[in-house]
Amino acid sequence: MIEIERLDDVARAPAPGPDVRVLAGGTLVMRALNYGGHGIGRILRLTDPALREIHSEGGGVRIGAAATMADVLAAPDLAALHPAAQVVGGPAIRNMATVGGNLFAPHPYGDFAMALLAANAQVHWADGRAEPIEAMLGARGRSAGIVAAVTVPRLQHSEFRFRKVSRTKPKGVSLMSIAAHLPRAGGRLGDVRIGFGAMGDRPLRATGAEQALSGRSLDPAAIDAACAACLDGLAPADDPLASEWYRRQVAPIHLRRLLEEVR
Amino acid sequence: MSSVEFRKELFADERQDDLKQIGRPAIRQDIRGHVTGRTAYYDDHLFERLLHMRCARSPHHHARIRSVDTSEAARMPGVQRIVLAKDVPNNLNTLLSLINFGKDDEPLIAGTKVSYRGEAVAAVIAETELQARQAAAAIRVDWEVLPHVLDVEEALKPDAPQVNAVYPDNTFDYEPYDHVKLRFGDVHKGFAAADEIVEATYQMSPIEQAPMETCGAIAVPETADRILCHTGTQALFFSLGTTAKLLDMPSSRLHFVGGTVGGGFGGKVDSITEPMAVLGAVLTGRPVKFQWDREEEMQVGAPRGAERWVIRDGVMRDGRIVARSFTGYFDSGAYTRLSSYAGTKGVGHLPGPYSIPNVAANVFCIFTNRTPATAMRGFGITGVDFAIECHMDRVAERVGIDPISLRILNAYRDGDMKAHRRTAKNTALVECCQVVADKAGWRLSAEDRAASSLTGTTAERQAIPETALDEEGRIGERRAGRVTGTAPTERSTGRLPAGTRGRDHAAIPVQRPDMEILSERVGHRMPDPAEAGGAPPLAAAAPARPTPPAASPPPARPASASPPPASPPHAAPAPPPAPPRQPEPAQPAHRSEPTAPTAPARGGHDPAPPAQPKPYEPDKPFSRGVNRPGVSRFLTGRRR
Amino acid sequence: MPKIPVRFTLNEAEVGLFVEPQSNLLEALRRGAGDLSPKYGCGQGTCGACTVLIDGEPHLSCLTLAEAAEGRRIETTAGLAQGSSLHALQTAFIEGFAAQCGYCTPGMLMAAKALLDRNPRPSREEVIDAISGNLCRCTGYEPIVDAILAATEGRAA
Ligand SMILES: Cc1cc2nc3c(=O)[nH]c(=O)nc-3n(C[C@H](O)[C@H](O)[C@H](O)COP(=O)(O)OP(=O)(O)OC[C@H]3O[C@@H](n4cnc5c(N)ncnc54)[C@H](O)[C@@H]3O)c2cc1C
Repeated sequence: MIEIERLDDVARAPAPGPDVRVLAGGTLVMRALNYGGHGIGRILRLTDPALREIHSEGGGVRIGAAATMADVLAAPDLAALHPAAQVVGGPAIRNMATVGGNLFAPHPYGDFAMALLAANAQVHWADGRAEPIEAMLGARGRSAGIVAAVTVPRLQHSEFRFRKVSRTKPKGVSLMSIAAHLPRAGGRLGDVRIGFGAMGDRPLRATGAEQALSGRSLDPAAIDAACAACLDGLAPADDPLASEWYRRQVAPIHLRRLLEEVR
Repeated sequence: MSSVEFRKELFADERQDDLKQIGRPAIRQDIRGHVTGRTAYYDDHLFERLLHMRCARSPHHHARIRSVDTSEAARMPGVQRIVLAKDVPNNLNTLLSLINFGKDDEPLIAGTKVSYRGEAVAAVIAETELQARQAAAAIRVDWEVLPHVLDVEEALKPDAPQVNAVYPDNTFDYEPYDHVKLRFGDVHKGFAAADEIVEATYQMSPIEQAPMETCGAIAVPETADRILCHTGTQALFFSLGTTAKLLDMPSSRLHFVGGTVGGGFGGKVDSITEPMAVLGAVLTGRPVKFQWDREEEMQVGAPRGAERWVIRDGVMRDGRIVARSFTGYFDSGAYTRLSSYAGTKGVGHLPGPYSIPNVAANVFCIFTNRTPATAMRGFGITGVDFAIECHMDRVAERVGIDPISLRILNAYRDGDMKAHRRTAKNTALVECCQVVADKAGWRLSAEDRAASSLTGTTAERQAIPETALDEEGRIGERRAGRVTGTAPTERSTGRLPAGTRGRDHAAIPVQRPDMEILSERVGHRMPDPAEAGGAPPLAAAAPARPTPPAASPPPARPASASPPPASPPHAAPAPPPAPPRQPEPAQPAHRSEPTAPTAPARGGHDPAPPAQPKPYEPDKPFSRGVNRPGVSRFLTGRRR
Repeated sequence: MPKIPVRFTLNEAEVGLFVEPQSNLLEALRRGAGDLSPKYGCGQGTCGACTVLIDGEPHLSCLTLAEAAEGRRIETTAGLAQGSSLHALQTAFIEGFAAQCGYCTPGMLMAAKALLDRNPRPSREEVIDAISGNLCRCTGYEPIVDAILAATEGRAA
């Protein structure tokens, strides 16, 4: 039988073992439980109210791991991330789905985590460790622990772009999502970060496209180069939503649309 | 708000325009319950001590069951009972056996082998749903994985894995062939005379009906030794009859409550959850719910089956289609369910709403190791219509004619002879094309705009041509390697003279006299025995008519009947009382001549019938509606 | 495993229940509290038939742990009418033929109510977004959207 335990003070959380699941919004954990909960022995409910807070911290914003997509949408400081939070499921899902849960949501989910990847967020574990989100996502599934918060640098709304490609609108699972952080200084792009969702087993960076754009002006030639290189190192999969072939065909097209929107 | 538009100027003189409901807003009589949440679906009934039933299912497309180990599951918390194939009193059925069509070919719970992924091999009944799930996951099956076949054409090869032991050739038996044949004129002569041949293949995937409410039933032991069953079935009496048959219990012991269905679209006729829940209630003596979760609904819920159609047209340069042949493959999945019927129904629809002088079709209902297919919104028709209309566009492109114009040119006109030898009436495709073109801003020629469904038929279009016949594809020949082709063959073995109409048949004999069709209710004239010169009305034949297979619900009668032979004991630990056995049926009463060229499929598999009263033949073809003095003309079979 | 006590208000009435530890709010409402208006359609949040309002906001009751409802305010379609007088949404659904089989209706109504409570004059796009987590299979989205918009007009009048 599956035990359920409240976690009112995350600082004193036990290290979760392999059969322990953290229950945040529950949109994925409850689904697993409804379908038999195979492999789950114990559930840790995140009930610590501190985990739901969103506040400014240093040059950025700290988002509690248990903050929901609706909480993000209510935070003016996070305006640049609103387009990503807005497309996670329908309204009821957004009232439940948390930022922390999104970091662990398997393919094809993880739209918000992908946006956080493009935003170069830091992940803060309950035991005090902190690491870049890219490292956290890379080790996902192999490392256990409880995420307490993520911090994101303050983003200029005009420099951050998000796009979700799905078959049904407005709600629909991503067959691909793209986010781009395109900081500009003096007519040139700074360090560009581009993330792809649903183009691999986790949110991934399009490093080829980033290199093609960083330090250049966002002109047609640069956009061409970015689109040509955007699939470097990515290995999308076939799934019921789209084939690998289809994803490869349309990824450059959607990236181009996103970039041309900015120009 | 409404996007419905009425074109009452069309065929106005054929219609009495006194519609009282159509085109006017109406309030649904059940909607107040819907908006207040008070409509009671099957699951909206609460019972004390309700148990939950969940299945262990095959992870393989095709595998033999060496053994099932339930020991761990049986010890798990909350588990009340494990149900296996041997607990099902009469574990072989086919849905349409209730109307004597097809052979029993599907177990409720697989005992010796599974033929599709998700097929049930055991069920667990436990106190909570989670307990039932966890115990079902703990059932261990020793599988011997078998080669599988997932493609209809692969399944026809002589060395293809045998999917369903009851149909060893992987094809449904449309006696005497392994497919339904339609022959009208001589397609091969037509192809030879045509300027262009246009051939293409169309493939449809299975489609899940995906109702909001998943399939399910709750069975509750009632007083008077009856079982109450709340169900979401779309076919209450079908489900009741099927339950009675599978569980070998008289239908008088079953009290089915249904009719409030949370969406069905065809997916709730298969009657699986009802016998499962009733069996659970019989075995445990407690209320049992058997409800598919969404994954089961998608994985094992029978979809609209996949279809593949090869269409070959012979076309003249002016756009007239002079020959059309079809090779159709209905993917039935592992068991028959309703695909046999889809095949026949599809053939009745050929060649689409077009007047074509030479038509041939071979249509197969094929067993593969996929989820069994069943009904869905016009199944048997929608797939082939999609293929036909795609093909019309392709033909139009080849001969360089406007696609709407091509349709108008070839469309049925009132009075044309259809490929299944009935006269076309109430045709309206021409007008449909004109309205659609108009709406879409598509320019039609003056000639097309002037065309009408009421004019244009000719003596030639009304005639039944001489028809080439063949005998290819008898049951078993393909497996033996003696036939490989699937398309209508060029090697004809006989000719049917022009003008041969064939005969109309009542498709299936009724099972019981009280199911007799009453002429007042259907509207076609029944032959009066005196007047019809001896052909007895259907009812007169009833006593001589064989009864359905042994386990179907026994007639609720007869003190007068001779005592039935005792039924053999069966393995169910708490078996419901066995019904009296009926003698095996010798033969359904109605068969066509084997040579009848347009014969639709019939359910007989046995050798020639013993002397029977002459089958009923209506003197007028069936037509829908009533045509009686004093009754609105609107209700007649005329154009609506 | 002992059952867990949970207390909440359901359509303004206080409810106290014992629930299975891992069970969801949908089961607690239906079998525990006897409110059968929220429906089971998928158990995975995709269909929306189990939508209820928790503290005024739409939630999927099948994905909500029953014990997490402790102390919350829950609303369902069963409590939408005030006595025998129907809510404007209910009337609009009846008049607009916005239900066929009716199985998605309770969830639709709750999603729509949450919208109208927050935003009495929504645009068509806002209505579409509000019910985007609720599936209907009898092909009824257009009449449903129309009915929700009609309900907003009814209110203003
Ligand atoms: C109908 C539907 C539509 C959806 N649509 C989308 C969509 O469009 N885009 C999208 O990205 N996702 C979507 N999702 C997936 C999911 O809702 C989101 O990814 C959500 O953000 C997950 O968060 P949660 O709080 O509900 O996670 P939970 O279910 O609570 O947990 C999910 C996983 O994360 C782990 N976890 C949660 N919080 C922590 C923590 N603080 N520390 C460590 N581990 C943790 C859990 O152990 C579990 O493994 C959808 C889900 C459903 C049911």
